[in-house]
Amino acid sequence: MGKIHKWLRSRQGQQAVVIITFSIIPLLLLFVFTYFPFAEMFKFSFYDMKYVGERKFVGLKNYITVFQRDDCFRALWLSLYYMGGAVIQLALALYLATVFCFGIKGGDFFKGCMFFPYLINGIAIGFIFKFFYTRGFVLDTVLGWLGFDLENLPYWLKDTSINNVSLVATSVWKYFGQNMVLFIGAMMSVDSSLYEAAQLDGANKWQQFRYIMLPSIKTIVMLNLIMSITGSLSAFEPPYVIMSGGGNGTATYFVKMHEIAHTNQKVGLASAMAIVLLLIIFVVTILQKLFFAYVFKDAEDEDKNAGKKREKQLAKAMKKQKAREGRA
Amino acid sequence: MSAVDKIKNAIWVFIKYFSVVFFAFVALLPVVSCVITAFKTDEEYQMTNVMTPPESWLNFQNFIDAFQKANMGRAFLNSFIVVVFVVGGSVLVGSMLAYVLNRFKFPGNGLIRSLFLFATLLPGIAMQVSTYQLMYKIGFINHLYGYIILMMGTDVISIYIFIQFFENISVSLDESAYMDGASYFTIFFKILFPLLKPAIVTCMILKGVGVYNEYYSAQLYLQDKKLQTVAMSLYTFTGPLGSKYNLICAGVLISLTPALIIFILFQKQIYSGLTAGAVKG
Repeated sequence: MGKIHKWLRSRQGQQAVVIITFSIIPLLLLFVFTYFPFAEMFKFSFYDMKYVGERKFVGLKNYITVFQRDDCFRALWLSLYYMGGAVIQLALALYLATVFCFGIKGGDFFKGCMFFPYLINGIAIGFIFKFFYTRGFVLDTVLGWLGFDLENLPYWLKDTSINNVSLVATSVWKYFGQNMVLFIGAMMSVDSSLYEAAQLDGANKWQQFRYIMLPSIKTIVMLNLIMSITGSLSAFEPPYVIMSGGGNGTATYFVKMHEIAHTNQKVGLASAMAIVLLLIIFVVTILQKLFFAYVFKDAEDEDKNAGKKREKQLAKAMKKQKAREGRA
Repeated sequence: MSAVDKIKNAIWVFIKYFSVVFFAFVALLPVVSCVITAFKTDEEYQMTNVMTPPESWLNFQNFIDAFQKANMGRAFLNSFIVVVFVVGGSVLVGSMLAYVLNRFKFPGNGLIRSLFLFATLLPGIAMQVSTYQLMYKIGFINHLYGYIILMMGTDVISIYIFIQFFENISVSLDESAYMDGASYFTIFFKILFPLLKPAIVTCMILKGVGVYNEYYSAQLYLQDKKLQTVAMSLYTFTGPLGSKYNLICAGVLISLTPALIIFILFQKQIYSGLTAGAVKG
């Protein structure tokens, strides 16, 4: 006992005590609410079961069903819409971030307007867009101002050729301002004297963007692009809240899974669907890691003589420009 | 500046302002149309176009009705309790873990970091199937505390924000306090925790808004009407009330007011917190 007591009062002992007391709760929460359910879900995926009642071991049958059922696996194709939306969203965010970085009067106000949708709760968004897209309501009225004829406009949420695009648009609406804020943060981290120097040298806006801004945000743009691919695979909110659970062919993979788990109570099948999606996400993430290893190698090279390289490129571009102007 | 340059510059200024105004309009349009509609009487709502301004901007009747019908007083109380406990809990737990991970080298340090990082890859909604079973078994369904504890788990972003912040607090501070005879607990609670204030504010806001807006787990685990949060109380407007958009819009606006107020007050912290979280995560 004396020994333990002495150890507890030693520096190492004290450290051990603080490490254990401070990390036990977060680790407990992590295991109970993340890793334990994960393990359970893996187990469920091999059973034919409901939430309560008997379970029957069925081996890989659930997995086979996932691939055979039309509605399950086909739902993944809908992710392509969301990926397309994500690309548009990032491009838009990048463009607007650049515009803001060149200075806008009242910039904070406009930035705030664009960011605010990110802070609206999902259910409110569902109602807002049901209203927005209703025949003859907000969107149709605004398009009417622009000269469109109501007769020629589709039913935004009913028409299966357009309703997924309408839903993706709401996701772009919610997130483009948030992406933009991230990009502005990264762009602003560049030493402002660089811009001043470039301006003194007479670099135009495009050159400033190409040689100063773009390199500084390459990493965060890539990161967001890849995250949005994973995000698209697990798209859930727009069909769930706007279409009240994904009617009219808008049910994404997660929406389908939610329905199978909670409405049909096929817990085993839903678990198998979740595992399949997780595997897909892992593959995408590993590809992302490999891709990043490649990008970062590039970035490291840049770190060593980044300043010089950029200056050189900029000088070269400006020389060309001057030569052109000289000729003109 | 030559004439050509002047014209070029003018065009650029025009494009710049046009795009900013246009996209701000796009971002606000859905919300503004809600504001217009929320002030209309039933008759006006049926007779006029949705974008026609209401006769009176002081017609708050819809807001009062929506607030009462959806029992929002109770919902705000529930949301308030949930936000306070979840935010308080995760700030405390997150900063303590960040302290241990940042200040001490011990076997398992790297492992703990990886476990938290890996957890972000597991999409929450996919695991609800088994989480639901678990919550059911331990009797956490239809209790505010069950939902609060669930929401407190694994908040990687705030752990990152705290770790980053600790990196900028000199270790010599801990050292000199230790030499003076302070225990590690005293060092954390009396010396370091107060210094974390900016990071705490950032995490509180991000987590607070996130929890306030959460609806998926809330609808699974708080099915009792009395336990509804603000976001869920909006579900009252489905069904028979589903086409009374003047009422619905009023409810929607009430529900997003707290987030709007927090946003206006803490814009800078929200922006910087997001950037800090994104770069590391």
